[in-house]
Amino acid sequence: MTVSANNNSESSGQQKKSETPPPVQNLPSNTVMIRALGGIATIAGVIIVFVFQFTQPYIAENKRRAIEKAIYQVVPGAVNRTSYLLNEQALMLETEFNESESSGSSTVSQVSTETIYAAFDASGKLVGIAMEAAAQGYQDVIRILYGYSPECECITGISILKSTETPGLGDKIGTDLKFLANFIALDAKLNQEKTALLNPIETVKHGRKTADWQIDSISGATVSSNAIGKMLRESTKKMLPLLIKHLHKIIKS
Amino acid sequence: MTTNTSAAHSEVKLKSQPDSMDTFLRGIWQDNPVFVMLLGMCPVLAVTNSVVNALAMGIASLFVLFCSNTLVALLRNFIPKQVRIASYIVIIATFVTVVDYVIQAISLDLYNALGAFIQLIVVNCIILGRAEAFASKNKVGAAMLDALGMGIGFTLALLCLGGVREILGNGTFLGISLFGENFQAWSVMILPPGGFFVLGAWLLLFNWLKERKDMKALSPDLQLAETKN
Amino acid sequence: MATDSMMFVFLNACIINNFVLSSFLGICPFLGVSGKLSTAWNMGLATTFVMFVSSLCAYGINLLLIEFQLEFLRLICYIAVIASAVQLVEMTLKKFSPVLFRALGIFLPLITTNCAILGLALFQTFREYNFLQSVAYSLGAGAGFTLALILMAGLRERLQLSDVPNVSQGAAMSLMLAGLLSLSFMGFAGLGN
Repeated sequence: MTVSANNNSESSGQQKKSETPPPVQNLPSNTVMIRALGGIATIAGVIIVFVFQFTQPYIAENKRRAIEKAIYQVVPGAVNRTSYLLNEQALMLETEFNESESSGSSTVSQVSTETIYAAFDASGKLVGIAMEAAAQGYQDVIRILYGYSPECECITGISILKSTETPGLGDKIGTDLKFLANFIALDAKLNQEKTALLNPIETVKHGRKTADWQIDSISGATVSSNAIGKMLRESTKKMLPLLIKHLHKIIKS
Repeated sequence: MTTNTSAAHSEVKLKSQPDSMDTFLRGIWQDNPVFVMLLGMCPVLAVTNSVVNALAMGIASLFVLFCSNTLVALLRNFIPKQVRIASYIVIIATFVTVVDYVIQAISLDLYNALGAFIQLIVVNCIILGRAEAFASKNKVGAAMLDALGMGIGFTLALLCLGGVREILGNGTFLGISLFGENFQAWSVMILPPGGFFVLGAWLLLFNWLKERKDMKALSPDLQLAETKN
Repeated sequence: MATDSMMFVFLNACIINNFVLSSFLGICPFLGVSGKLSTAWNMGLATTFVMFVSSLCAYGINLLLIEFQLEFLRLICYIAVIASAVQLVEMTLKKFSPVLFRALGIFLPLITTNCAILGLALFQTFREYNFLQSVAYSLGAGAGFTLALILMAGLRERLQLSDVPNVSQGAAMSLMLAGLLSLSFMGFAGLGN
């Protein structure tokens, strides 16, 4: 017993001698720890900044392509677009806004501002405006982009930007052709004073659509259909009167 | 004396072919991170609703695991024990940020489908676990092999789940329709409960296979014992 | 109910999109420490507490990062802040409430690697919640996590007394149970309408 114990302690002592470095590294001073963490943080910083610089143009390009694809889908005939910012007070080009932001003389950021996209056809004529809308769906918030044509005063199409609706039921809002046909020319006329919608957009039960401003819902996906109707109703109520006020600016430019 | 020889022996073994092969294969089969060790469950369940997502997630994790294991093994003598966890986390978070930007640059659709789970690779226990348990104690080459084995094992497990869920829940594989128009998709399989069910079913299958193997291994002994008696 | 009201944000995180059962966050502790009801309760409590603290920290950090245009450092900052928040919570509890500290015990350090915490911080950033919404979101997520853990622990305690085939014992059985729970939580979808 004792011999084996002795042997054990001896061999472990040997191991310690041969394997572990001098005791200085067993209890490192603060400088060693700081040096190690600092070194790693430097490596990390260099890697991240390098990759960020390298990928940024590609990411920007991807985002631009995604939003343009959606815009050209909801505004038929569009081949060109410009981004504007719209709020209660004014309408301005996004580039102008960025300049005023960087020069520090920004007044716009105080109130809620929405990005809108003016879409033009090949000859440079304004064919429609694309705007974002969102509402709570069945599972989570649904976000869409919809196109509005000032000429026919109607909605010309929708495109789902983000949804986590039930596959096979709720996600039909983006694929069901009969449902999407509702939005080829959905009536969104304003009243005489241009302050509110003449007929607020509403969702009706499947097969009960009688007027141009009604959305025929998908049977089995009533909640999701209602959510689309609700977000369009609220967005048009808020945005269209503002948009009409400033529309001449977009047409002129 | 004995310890010396065994140490020398293991050193020889480390260099020889079968042992490094073993390091590599262990992660794929014997110690599969998902089916055997039950690690990294969150991405396994969350992003396996289609094969493409599962594959992307697997490759992203493999990349992070490989890079962080390599760097940790390279720096293993430079990092003091007291701050090792903090250092590992910073290293892992760096590579996850890299993967995050690269995926955004490759495809925004893929990025949106995977959502926050790309960034959540940071807290995947497999990666920190391998850094702590293997890379901090071994040479760079072995750490790389270990990372490759574990990463491929993880990817295969993701594909097992993703394949079953997409085929049953959507009737497709890699987006190619398998059963034609009339197939009534089993939607619940690509919804959250499906993830739990399919993983549970895979574990059941492996348990059953293991039990059968154990029984077989046991039965000749039993027969032998009986004949002796 | 308005989608940005605090009540809705709370319910959304707690039951409609339960962190564990429909967003798959924090599965490891969910499978690991749901064996006994009392430990499940303690773990839920500790996690909720850390979620609350780190949600506040993440909100502040995000404001700072946006101010200095350093969004690409977000992930590293969040994970560092969460790790320190857990340490801080641990030390504060040890000093001011030893009883609670003992009750939470080993669970506190384990929380650092719980992906529900980082997930919470990331989701609240993606959803652009304001301060009060972030608070409601973190409390809802914590409550949802605790709820899932307790339900699971209750089921597993009952299961110990029942006759289960050998093959399906352990993780396989827990996952099947979790699937059933998740299925029933799907019934809460559409609650906001």
